[in-house]
Amino acid sequence: MKELLMIIMAAVLANNYVLVRFLGICPFLGVSKKLDSAVGMSFAVIFVMVLATAATWPIQHLLLDPNGIGYMQTTVFILVIAALVQLIELFMKKSIPALHKSLGIYLPLITTNCAVLGVCTLNIDEGYGFIQSLVNAFGSGVGFLLAMFLFAGVRSKIEDNDYPECFKGVASTLVAASILSVSFMGFSGMIDSIFGM
Amino acid sequence: MLTASAFMTPVVLTVVTGLIAAVLLTVAAKVFAVPVDETQVKIRECLPGANCGACGYVGCDDYAAALAADHSIAPNKCVPGGAGAAAGIAAVLGVEAGATEERVAKVMCSGTCDNTSPEMDYQGYKSCAAVKNFFGGPGTCKFGCIGLGDCVKACKFDAIHVEDGVAKVDRDKCVACGACANTCPQKIIDILPKASRVTVDCSSKDMGKFVTKACKVGCIGCKMCEKTCKFDAIHVVDNLAKIDPEKCKNCGMCAKACPRKIITVVPRPGQKPIVKVAPKPAEGETPVKPSEITRPAAPAAEPEKKTE
Repeated sequence: MKELLMIIMAAVLANNYVLVRFLGICPFLGVSKKLDSAVGMSFAVIFVMVLATAATWPIQHLLLDPNGIGYMQTTVFILVIAALVQLIELFMKKSIPALHKSLGIYLPLITTNCAVLGVCTLNIDEGYGFIQSLVNAFGSGVGFLLAMFLFAGVRSKIEDNDYPECFKGVASTLVAASILSVSFMGFSGMIDSIFGM
Repeated sequence: MLTASAFMTPVVLTVVTGLIAAVLLTVAAKVFAVPVDETQVKIRECLPGANCGACGYVGCDDYAAALAADHSIAPNKCVPGGAGAAAGIAAVLGVEAGATEERVAKVMCSGTCDNTSPEMDYQGYKSCAAVKNFFGGPGTCKFGCIGLGDCVKACKFDAIHVEDGVAKVDRDKCVACGACANTCPQKIIDILPKASRVTVDCSSKDMGKFVTKACKVGCIGCKMCEKTCKFDAIHVVDNLAKIDPEKCKNCGMCAKACPRKIITVVPRPGQKPIVKVAPKPAEGETPVKPSEITRPAAPAAEPEKKTE
């Protein structure tokens, strides 16, 4: 239990996928303009991360490793995740139209997102078990949500200000992102101290 | 030493995985196929795609879906599309188009730079909503147009501009989507039928003596208009005269009676302005002929529209 809690804390804060590992920067910069779309996107990411992990972990351990072709990981994972997300979208459109309306437009954006692929491969690299992998995927998704939520707030504050013309648009966004990222770097080492390791 | 199996295993595995995924997706596409209503697509083509929300639905797609599902919904709710869109939708659905009422936005303030003055020198962020939080705005009148153009930014049709410190609607470009009215922090923009041309261009709910200090033309709630109106269409509520567009016959009598000249008559197309916004107290007793206001010289402009 303590270990799972530690995995979640580490995934959300110390090893935040966006701000520390720099994965999933595209949606982080692209969709963080408005708070509600940022949150919608984040929930879609959490959802896809957990499902993709649930699908790819068995593939790695039951299909690739026994056949000695672990190096095919990236190719097979991209294939499986893309197909899975498409499948979920089709299913959602038919069965849960309300959820499709709120998450649906973000799902195709995530199909080959590096954060999703990163979670799947890093789970294997870290040598996590199945449950641990799922917990890590969920924690990473929550970390993504946290980063998006914070950054959407930061951006809306930035846009209300009168700053030099040359900083408008991408420049100010990237500067703000880097400062937020530096602040998250401060969490490194915190998890180990909390859990007394 | 390379062997055939060293190549074959990864290739076969990847191809098989891909095949399984392809089959699954094909089956899923058939099983979970959502029937797309053709009527909905056709209706959607009739709509202008402004996604302004004036119809009361989330966007053009939502309105089209609602119409396709329930034919009893009125097809004339699209404001930017107007009569053209209504006729198109009605043709698709095979129902009566119904009358479309053209509407237009109107800024209920006459506080130009001449008529009122700022109370403070505001140098902060140029947004009405931001200034509004700052002691209720820079103007002496706390109800009037702030003039920093939040509405201009909100307008998708380039139909509203700030002129002389007050937002002004271009009646030709305006489609009455209501975006400016929703954005305005002062809530002084009304969406009115295009046919109702007499308006009280003031939003001040202050008592008369404060209005006279703040603005040269603001409504003081003297009720002269209320006494003049023969159709029970104008009433003073909270120190502010308000016209009921359904009862108003656009006769312009109230505009003539108003001592502050705050009630204005928008001329019909092709007609010169009759009552000017600028106050001329001396002119109060020598008014324009009412016949000029009600029956304009231009006969082309729908003379029968407002008679019962």
